[in-house]
Amino acid sequence: MTSMKGAKRWLIAGIILAIVASQFSGSINRYDLGILIDIGINIILAVSLNLINGHTGQFSLGHAGFMAVGGYSAAKFTLVVAPLVPESMQPLLFLVALLLGGLFAAIAGLAVGIPSLRLHGDYLAIVTLGFGEIIRVIAQNTEAVGAASGLTGIPKDTTLGWTFALAAVTVYVVAALVNSTYGRGFIAVSDDEVAASSMGINPVRYKVTAFVIGAFFAGIAGGLYAHHKTFLSPTGFDFFKSIDIVVMVILGGMGRTAGVIIAAILLTLLPEFLRSFADYRMIIYSLLIIGLMIARPQGLFTFGKRKGAAA
Amino acid sequence: MDWFLQQLINGLALGSIYALIALGYTMVYGVLRFINFAHSDVLMLGAFSAYFLAPAVEKILPLPSIAGALIVVLLSAMICAGIGMLIEFLAYRPLRSRPKLTVLITAIGVSLFIEFTCQHPAVLGADTKPFPKLLTENDLHFGGLVIGSNDLVIVGTTLVLLASLWFVVQRTKIGTAMRAVSFNQQAAALMGININRIISFTFGLGSALAAVAGILYAIKAPGIDPLMGVQPGLRAFVAAVLGGIGNLPGAALGGLILGLVETYAGGTPGLSNYRDGIAFAILILILLFKPAGLLGKATVEKV
Repeated sequence: MTSMKGAKRWLIAGIILAIVASQFSGSINRYDLGILIDIGINIILAVSLNLINGHTGQFSLGHAGFMAVGGYSAAKFTLVVAPLVPESMQPLLFLVALLLGGLFAAIAGLAVGIPSLRLHGDYLAIVTLGFGEIIRVIAQNTEAVGAASGLTGIPKDTTLGWTFALAAVTVYVVAALVNSTYGRGFIAVSDDEVAASSMGINPVRYKVTAFVIGAFFAGIAGGLYAHHKTFLSPTGFDFFKSIDIVVMVILGGMGRTAGVIIAAILLTLLPEFLRSFADYRMIIYSLLIIGLMIARPQGLFTFGKRKGAAA
Repeated sequence: MDWFLQQLINGLALGSIYALIALGYTMVYGVLRFINFAHSDVLMLGAFSAYFLAPAVEKILPLPSIAGALIVVLLSAMICAGIGMLIEFLAYRPLRSRPKLTVLITAIGVSLFIEFTCQHPAVLGADTKPFPKLLTENDLHFGGLVIGSNDLVIVGTTLVLLASLWFVVQRTKIGTAMRAVSFNQQAAALMGININRIISFTFGLGSALAAVAGILYAIKAPGIDPLMGVQPGLRAFVAAVLGGIGNLPGAALGGLILGLVETYAGGTPGLSNYRDGIAFAILILILLFKPAGLLGKATVEKV
């Protein structure tokens, strides 16, 4: 278990890595650079989902929905505002766009968190799934974000440095939060909601907090994704994208930050190596889920025991 | 007025299909307390069973005909009952004593496994296939109203199956055992009920209903493909929650309501584009105001 100090070490290591990476990013070829950025984005997504699914034990299937909210709002902001401000302001503008995306996603997280306060496990899973679908349907029907044909021409602002730095911040915030006195409540809620509430912890508040923070970072990841791919389409944020992120969390071990990061890296690289087996990717994923749940529900990259760790 | 009645008929037909699927979710939830995500894929497999069986049956009995259709439906239902029991045995039974979340995740895994295995070019392929004609289609005209004979078949089949299911659950020995297992698994086991057998039977029965629903759905749909079960499956699940999950009449009621709402919304300009989102909007609203569903009873969780 990472201590508070450990979390800070991660942050510093991550930021240093980001600075070094941004120095070298010029000499990396475009393909590798793209994959490295994908890894950073997936780490943000997986670690933020881990706060909801792993640490708080609220099974969410709608992370792609939050990502979509963040991605679309950040991209739309950039497209509208970027032509109006001078060139020198662009990096700042990009940061504002990302924050705005995160903020919108956080609001969406609040909207999902509130109905979730009366739900457990599988009900919540369905509500979040439904929420993701609603977002997709809205994006598909809103002309302002390109409707079904998607949003194009987003400036390519996402750099390796920003991605890694933000991934480091995400890891730090989630780790520091969970290890704080306040954050112990997340784990208490995950272990036993009823027992937690009888100890004076308000599970609803923790669940909603987890949703809002998790969604915020998913929104940031969405913004990075939008400015990385320069194109957004509603189909890119469907149920299967959410499943991708869920598999990272399950494989890494729910509630285990380091494991989830390893899984995010591995599952971003794996499809690249298995390009010729693309037809088998989701079959392998699904077998991985079933196999892990039956043989090793605590995840592949978890060593040592977390007390009371269930699923 | 004609528009209103016409949508009512379409909505009832669609709602009956949702009701049939919802029964499967609700039955499994009743005995095992988890959402069988793979239910919607069993529905798809039911439609594909019929797709492959129809040419074989045609050699013996003419198609389209009532007898031929009946044989195809019956055989498909039996195949799917077997598949449902197999899924339970391989994927869910080893997890019987684990946390619910583990089982739920496994169910999602099973669902994805079926969907993507079937989408693989070597299995069924991802393309849409035309569904064979099982029954002759006639349009009945009442004034300005058009009622397709298929719609009548769908509603009729659903009514018959609902009644038979009610009979099985309420009036037979195995139905009593199902209710006992649903009420309290441990106590039921102590009374000498073979839990494994009852759960297996529940999966079989639910999957058979899903197969019939899949065929009915395919009759109305332009074609079938490996992902055809996803949308009706999700909606049927919403229907089950709407009616109160674990509650059989609730599932039927929820299915009908959802089918009607969706048809009316689909026929209303401006709303029709949002059709796919409506079911979930209803779900979120119902869970906000009546989390136990329309016919469900609120329960309090104890430590």
